[in-house]
Amino acid sequence: MKRKLSTGDRIFTIAVTIILVLVCLCVVYPIYYMLIVSISDGYAVTRGEVNLIPKGCNLAAYKAILSNKYVPNSYKNTIIYTVSGTLVNLVMTGLCAYPLSRKHFFGRRIFNAVIVFTMFFDAGIISQYMVVDSLHMRNTIWALIIPGSISVWYMMIMRTFFEDIPEDLFESARLDGANDLTIFVKVVVPLSKAVTATMLLFYAVGHWNAFLTPLIYLDDRNKLPMQLILRNIVMGADASISGSMSISSDVATMSMNIKYAAIFITILPILLVYPFVQKYFVKGVMVGSVKG
Amino acid sequence: MKAIGKKSGKKAFLKNVKRSRWLYLMFALPFLYFIVFKYGAMAWLVIAFEDFNAFKGVFHSKLVGLKWFKTFISDPYFWNIVKNTIVLNLWNIVICFPAPILLALLVNEVKNKAFKKFTQTVSYLPYFLSTVVVCGFITNIVASDGLINQILKTVGMEPVTFLMEPQWFRPIYVISELWQGCGWGSIIYLAALAGVDQQLYEAASIDGASKLQQLIHISLPGIVSVISVQFLLTVGRILSIGYEKIILLYNGSTYKTADVISTYVYRRGLIEANYSYGAAVSIFQSVIALFLVVMANKAAKKVGQTSLW
Repeated sequence: MKRKLSTGDRIFTIAVTIILVLVCLCVVYPIYYMLIVSISDGYAVTRGEVNLIPKGCNLAAYKAILSNKYVPNSYKNTIIYTVSGTLVNLVMTGLCAYPLSRKHFFGRRIFNAVIVFTMFFDAGIISQYMVVDSLHMRNTIWALIIPGSISVWYMMIMRTFFEDIPEDLFESARLDGANDLTIFVKVVVPLSKAVTATMLLFYAVGHWNAFLTPLIYLDDRNKLPMQLILRNIVMGADASISGSMSISSDVATMSMNIKYAAIFITILPILLVYPFVQKYFVKGVMVGSVKG
Repeated sequence: MKAIGKKSGKKAFLKNVKRSRWLYLMFALPFLYFIVFKYGAMAWLVIAFEDFNAFKGVFHSKLVGLKWFKTFISDPYFWNIVKNTIVLNLWNIVICFPAPILLALLVNEVKNKAFKKFTQTVSYLPYFLSTVVVCGFITNIVASDGLINQILKTVGMEPVTFLMEPQWFRPIYVISELWQGCGWGSIIYLAALAGVDQQLYEAASIDGASKLQQLIHISLPGIVSVISVQFLLTVGRILSIGYEKIILLYNGSTYKTADVISTYVYRRGLIEANYSYGAAVSIFQSVIALFLVVMANKAAKKVGQTSLW
């Protein structure tokens, strides 16, 4: 039984819709703006004519970016760091979360306390650097994937998930003579696809977007990930990189296009994958907030 | 039970250990990770009490007691960075804390499923863009030839060098945080709103309450406990602000408002390789942060519990 909306309610509903449309525009416009500038004519951009629709269509900025000697390499580096880092994350987080989720794990409470404490007390960046340095991990891929290999927060989400698996499954596996490791591999992991997908995405985005860790630990320019090269291009911190883009005869008029093109190729994979995996992210937040 | 437990204490212990042996095997690597990278890092904090010299090593560097702590606290710059840390966080709390709540309340009013889903999907997106991307975008739209200054010129105003002026740093920082985090932050409130009893709305609308009244008198009270818990946790983190964004946006001319404790540690400790001093400032920050977080968690737990009854 639908009742007619009063005038006040109708105004309210319209206002809500308008506000939300505005919110969406505020989110989308910057991304859209970067796209249209990156493909527009350089002169039109410098004259400030590109605001809503692209002027002309040229991919010169993208060509310039991709022909820079550091960009493709850094893209490759980012992919390597993201894939290997996420893999290490998942294995380590799983290996940590599973024992802690088992009630008969002797010493469980102490181990739990030892781990949770690290969430509250942060030793800081200097001592973290000292540890990495003393292990001779600086300037290697290890510095990017080992020191942050377990996020306590994600580990707790995973642990909660494991705890909710029905005890019967463990019992029947144990009667078949399986040990905890076999149970983990053969029973728990196949049942945990949803939580694993969530973790995978969170960790992968973290690696893809990492800036501070590579900034601190990597010196060799050939090892830098995309985010650092992007910083150098976009924020002009490194003249030699933007200077080496003299593919176009008039770099000055193209500089804005090049910068936005650089940003765009960095976020493109995220934009492409995001709509399809969004629900997994949301699920991760929910599990964490309900039982954290 | 107790007597038996005592008699066979050692035996039971061994039995328990044996029962968990596979779990220990699995747990070994993660445990090692925490010991080396978390507790190892804490152990390295002793250099805060030394005149640490990389060539002499941590065991042979000279002990100097509280020298670095005294240097830090007596530095006139000390208050500046403490103030900046707190003020920037307060801006964040005032603007970025209520925004997701408002957004969630509005999204909750949308009855059209497709539009609701669309709004959510769009508003979460910026959370997944990197700090470099966001800062790169900001740097370019506020640049002298960027979008904002082009607009200022068209309306006949003087161009502003936004990133060079201390009074612009906080607004820029907070707006970017809002853009990135507002949608994502609303998820938790939306979940809470989904749990509000629907009968309350029906009863209210029969009584003639308008939608706005329902929002204020049913929706908002329905999530007030979640809001207070979130608020306390946010306050607990007041000393530990993410500084990636600051490092990307600040420069010498905006230190006055932009330099916070974390960036100070990064610059003085790591870039200038004054490790002992950096470690001392780190300890100062971490100890106070620990205290605040523990207090906030306690308070949050209390609020969470009372709301259950």
